[in-house]
Parts: sequence; structure tokens; C-alpha cells
Amino acid sequence: MSSDISNSGHNPEGGPAKPKAPPQNKPKFWNDPKKRSLLFQVLLLSALGFVFYSIIDNTLTNLEQRGITTGFDFLTEEAGFGIAMSLIDYTEASSYGMTFIVGLMNTILIALMGIFAATILGFLLGVARLSDNWLISKASTIYIETFRNIPLLLQIFFWYYAVLRTLPHPRQSMEFFGTFLNNRGFIVPAPVAEDGFGVVVFGFFAALIGSWLISRWSKKRQELTGQQFPVFWASLGLIVGIPLVLFMLSGMPLGLDHPELKGFNFKGGITVIPELIALWFALSIYTAAFIAETVRAGILAVSHGQTEAATALGMSKAKTLRLIVIPQALRVVIPPLTSQYLNLTKNSSLATAIGYPDLVNVFAGTTLNQTGQAIEVIAMTMAVYLTLSLLTSTFMNWYNSRIQLTER
Amino acid sequence: MKYEIQPTLPPPASMVGVIGWMRKHLFNGPINSVATIVVGYFLISFLVPTIQWIFIDADWVGDSRDACTSGGACWVFINNRLDQFLYGFYPEAEHWRVQTAFILLIGSIIWLVMPQTPKKGLVAALLLVVYPVVAFFLLYGDIFGLETVETHLWGGLSLTLVLAVVGIVASLPLGILLALGRQSEMPIVKSVCVIFIEIWRGVPLITVLFMASVMLPLFFPEGMSFDKLLRALIGITLFQSAYMAEVIRGGLQAIPKGQYEAADALGLGYWQKMILIIMPQALKLMIPGIVNTFIALFKDTSLVLIIGLFDVLAIGQAANQDPKWIGYSTESYLFVALLFWVFCFSMSRYSQQLERQLHTGH
Repeated sequence: MSSDISNSGHNPEGGPAKPKAPPQNKPKFWNDPKKRSLLFQVLLLSALGFVFYSIIDNTLTNLEQRGITTGFDFLTEEAGFGIAMSLIDYTEASSYGMTFIVGLMNTILIALMGIFAATILGFLLGVARLSDNWLISKASTIYIETFRNIPLLLQIFFWYYAVLRTLPHPRQSMEFFGTFLNNRGFIVPAPVAEDGFGVVVFGFFAALIGSWLISRWSKKRQELTGQQFPVFWASLGLIVGIPLVLFMLSGMPLGLDHPELKGFNFKGGITVIPELIALWFALSIYTAAFIAETVRAGILAVSHGQTEAATALGMSKAKTLRLIVIPQALRVVIPPLTSQYLNLTKNSSLATAIGYPDLVNVFAGTTLNQTGQAIEVIAMTMAVYLTLSLLTSTFMNWYNSRIQLTER
Repeated sequence: MKYEIQPTLPPPASMVGVIGWMRKHLFNGPINSVATIVVGYFLISFLVPTIQWIFIDADWVGDSRDACTSGGACWVFINNRLDQFLYGFYPEAEHWRVQTAFILLIGSIIWLVMPQTPKKGLVAALLLVVYPVVAFFLLYGDIFGLETVETHLWGGLSLTLVLAVVGIVASLPLGILLALGRQSEMPIVKSVCVIFIEIWRGVPLITVLFMASVMLPLFFPEGMSFDKLLRALIGITLFQSAYMAEVIRGGLQAIPKGQYEAADALGLGYWQKMILIIMPQALKLMIPGIVNTFIALFKDTSLVLIIGLFDVLAIGQAANQDPKWIGYSTESYLFVALLFWVFCFSMSRYSQQLERQLHTGH
């Protein structure tokens, strides 16, 4: 669209200029759009250059006065603080660079968990809102209108301070089927892989590759002969069956580490910290409301004529949904859906308000306060989110160009 | 033999009235019936105790937590701190200033929203240009003998509104410039605008606020210090202007190409074309989008509590820590949620209604 708005002003000469034209008829240079835009851009560049120069100059002076050295050397220094939750080995003796990795991994973990839950909940709610059952559609509408109009931070606080922190102490934990819930978190038995579990993992990946091959083969066969093959069920059978059979054959090489109450806290098992649960609940519930609206809009965007045409062709209701409605609805749903995922990832930075050790809390919080390297730390943090969002928009552009309707 | 048309029989009792409605909307088919019963059961078992807790068993008046005896919600807590929730730590004798500023704002918004009021353009211009100045001096004082109220005393709902209104008003002109720049044919202008927009849209507001509170003081010469509120406002405005620019770009792109070409054909210059032809049409299309950004901004203002400003949520958090009122955090969260919800929900309804009005169908 950018070509729509041209900067060309009124050209007083009009048409191809005659070389013989007397010099006084030549437009003044500020009336010539080309020269004017060149001048304007030079001005803009020099203004920007001046702003950046003075910012950098001031910053360097200020940093020098405070005795802060610039550069990324601090990343190798010892951090000396503990982190409540880490997916990799981390001790107080680890470096500041490690705090970045730990924080980043925790951010990715909460983002993936949130995306998973919000997608399921959002799709259910979006479909429910279109249901012809009055009660279900109204319940879904009320859910959506309530949760998307309340700030996310408030929801996080509610789950954390008003719900999870008021749970009983570890000694009075609530117990369900070997798992425990108390104000220190949710404690579940930890699976422990024994010798031979690698075979099961191998079988799982082999099944994944196998089902991909089957789907390719069946697509080719359908194009050639028109015969269909139940790819979904075959793949499901492979992916569930092969690991299960291998698991049984290798003598169930998986133990459980049951948590036990020792003194004032639990030993063993995996503890899911309450900060993670609160953040996960709030993010999923909040984002699901937005995803539901996206899904609803997508389904409504498929015109009724499509469904009717499918019925006229004699397709069953399930097939109509699977082959006609969903592929067309996805075209509308996926771009805003990806941007909701991105929002969720960015919103996960609110973790810092309740102390979930994500990137912003650990790195832009504790590390920044200890080292004082504000510029480097903030720049690295912003770069992470920026990379994520650029990757997302690249994917979206690629997807949009792939699914674009080719009109003939 | 005499043929006579018989009077129409009334429809069967099961097809009209409450029963008919229920058959049509709740029990049309076995799956729907089961779903209705299951969902209905869960709703009732959740809603009845909740309503009982919020309204029926609640305590409303009193001076201390001793008044909360009935086991329901303790609204006495909120009641006692209502002034703080609305005005933060603003001196009590000066509350009228906040109220005046608020009434002026609400008054002009109602004027703009009502369909039949005259001179909307003038009121909108006053609201965007004159009102911020008036409101600033009303709130801050230090003029006409008004007592100065430092910004660290501002708080509560009034601070939330200040942040949201300033954020939107200041980001509008910046957003328009960025959107025009993004569509410009000048390569440098275009890339500067694109980079600016994508950077701010790509990072979370919280890192922007961190940046504003930690890095901004480093950017300016020694001795030039900014107020904490001003720093937050700068961060919010920069962040918001990128989103605003995208909304405005959407509006610009919705204007048919013929309009641009016609303006060119009439010999209008760039600014004439934009101000006289494109913007008046595009702005109308943008209003729903602007309202939606405003809703997002309004919710996002709650993040300022992380950098130590006392917006309405932070006041609630602080109230929960009060040893005299420990254990009533649910009440304060519900109250703050209700405040936000009322604002956001009414704005979103308004924007939906506008969208329907503006959807004239090309």
C-alpha cells in the first residue's frame, strides 16, 4: 500500500520538462519533491544522530561517574544468589550468564504451558459461545466478557495471594492420589527413568517418523488412485502402541519417586512452585478469553453457503466440519492466534510481580540490581522478546502467503 | 353442505411459553439436554455460594474488622479505605480538585458519546489539547494559590485514570506521525518508523517501564532528574504510540485508493491531501480501534505498581498488607477487578456499537 501515498507535491511544470525552458521557470528546490524529500531525510538523520550521540555521551559520562564499567564481562562473574526454580543445574556459584539461561528457560516453560492450556480452553469456549444451547453460550459469553476486561496482573495476584498462599501448611497438606497441595506448591511423584528407558524414547521418535511417512504415502496413493487410508488412527496407534509395547517388553523401566513429609517440608518428588501455578492459571484463563473470540470470529467467517454446499454434496456433518469448515476457519484464525501466543509470552514477564523466576525477574531484576549493568541487561532482555516477536511475525508472513486464496 | 374454515388451534402447550423456550434452547436433543444439566449443575453449585458470600452473608458497615462477623465478604474493609482506593494519598482537603478534573473528563466524554450533541469537534479538540493542561494544574497545583501536591502522593483510581488518559492523548499525535511515516515513500523515514514501531511492539510493557525507571536517568545530563510518574508516562507513551500507529495505519489502508488518486488529481499537496481528504475519513474508521487500544492501555496501567507507583491495584495490594485487615485480600481484589471491569466493559460495548454504526457496507 505504501505506493498509494506519494509525496509528490504539485509539479508546476507538468509533463516532461523542456530543456529550453527559461531558467526563471525552473521550480525552486523546495518545490521539487525529490530534492525536498532528500533534504527532509537528511534533516531527520542528523536529528536522530544528534539524539543518539547525546544519549550515548550522557550515558557514558553518567556511568563513569557512578563507577560502572560497560561491557559484557559481568556475564562470567559469579552470581552468588539462589533461584527458586531451575530447569538446569544452577547453584549460587554459577555465573551471571547462567542466570540469563535459567531465566530464559523458565520464561519458555511458562509460555509453552500457557499456550497449551489457553489454546484448549480458548477453542472450547469459542465453540461453546456459538452453541445453540442457550445456557452454554451464555456461560461462555460471561466468562469471556469477565476475564478479558480484568487486568492480567490483578488475576495473577488473585491466584497467588488470595488462593494459593492461603492453602494450608505442608503438615496439613491436601492429598489426592499421592500428590500433595499446600502453600509451598503442588508436589507430585517424580518419574525416574531406569535402565532401558531409552528404548521407549527411541520407539516414540521412531513412531513419529513412521506416521509422517505413512501420511506422505497415503496422500500420494490418494492422489493416484483415490483410495483413502485412515492416517489419523494408524498414526495414533503407532505413536501410542510402539512405545507402550516396548515399555512392557523392557520390563517397565520407570520408577516413581514418591514425596514424603520430613520435618516441615516434603522430600523427593517434583515440587511445582505456587508462583508457577498462579501464573499459569492467570495467563491461560486470561488469554483463553481472547483466543475464544478469535476462534468464534474464524468460524463465523466461513460463509453458510460452504456448509450447505457440502451437505448438498452428501458429506456427513463430521466430514463437513473437518474438510470444509475447519480449514477455512483456520485461515482466519491462525494469524491472530499467533499474535495471542506472542502476547502470552510477553505477558509472562508479569511473573516478576509474584516472584516466579522468569527472565525479567531473575535477569532484569536480581542480576541488574547486583551488577548495576542496566544498559546491557535491559538490552539483552529486550533482545530476547524482540527476537521472539520477529520470529513470530516472520512465521505469520510465511503462513499468510502460503494460505492466501489464489483467485483465478 | 357448508364449508367453513376452522379457527386456528392454539399451538401445543409444550411449544410456547417457558416450556417451549426451554425445549428449543436448552433441551433440543439428548446431547444438549445432558450438557444443559451438567453445566447448569456446576453453575448453580458455584454461583449460589458465591452470591451468598458476596451479598447475602456480607458485612457492609462498621469501623474495624470486628464488624465482620457473619462469615461472608467483609466490605467494611473496602468501605473504610474507599478514599484511598479513589485518591491514593492525595490530601483529603484537596480531593475536590481530583473530583473536578474527573467530572470535567466524564462530562466531555458524555458530550462526545451522545449522538445528538452539537460541536463535537470543538469539544474533542478541547479535550485533547486544553483539558490535559487544566487537569495537570488542577492536580499538581502550584498556580492560582493552589497548594502543590507532589506526584508521589497521587494514587488510586485517579492515578490509573491519569496514566491512561495521558498515555492515549500523548500517543495519538505521535502515532499519527509514525503511521504516516511508515507509509511514506522516503526510504529513511519509512525504515526509521518501521524500526521504531516494531521494537516497541515487540517488547513487553514491563521491560519498557523498567527501562524508563532504570535507564532513562542515565540518558540525560547529570542534574536533570525526572519525576517517577513522568518517567512512567514517557515509557507508556512511547510504547502506546507504536500500537496507535498500527491502528491508524489500518484506518489509512481502509480508505480506497481512488480517494488518494482523486486528491492527487486535484493538485493537492501531501499535507492538504492528508488533512482534508484522508484523515477525516480514516479517523472515523479508527475510533473502534483506538477505543480498543485504550482498553488495553487501561488494563496495562496496573503494571506501574512494579516500578513503585500506587495505582488502584497497588493501593489494594498495600491494603492487603495492613496487619489490621489481614485475610481480606479476596475482597480487595474483587473490588479493584470490578472497577476495572466496569470501565473496560463499557468502553468495549461502546466500541462494538460504533463498529456496527460505522459498518455501512461498501
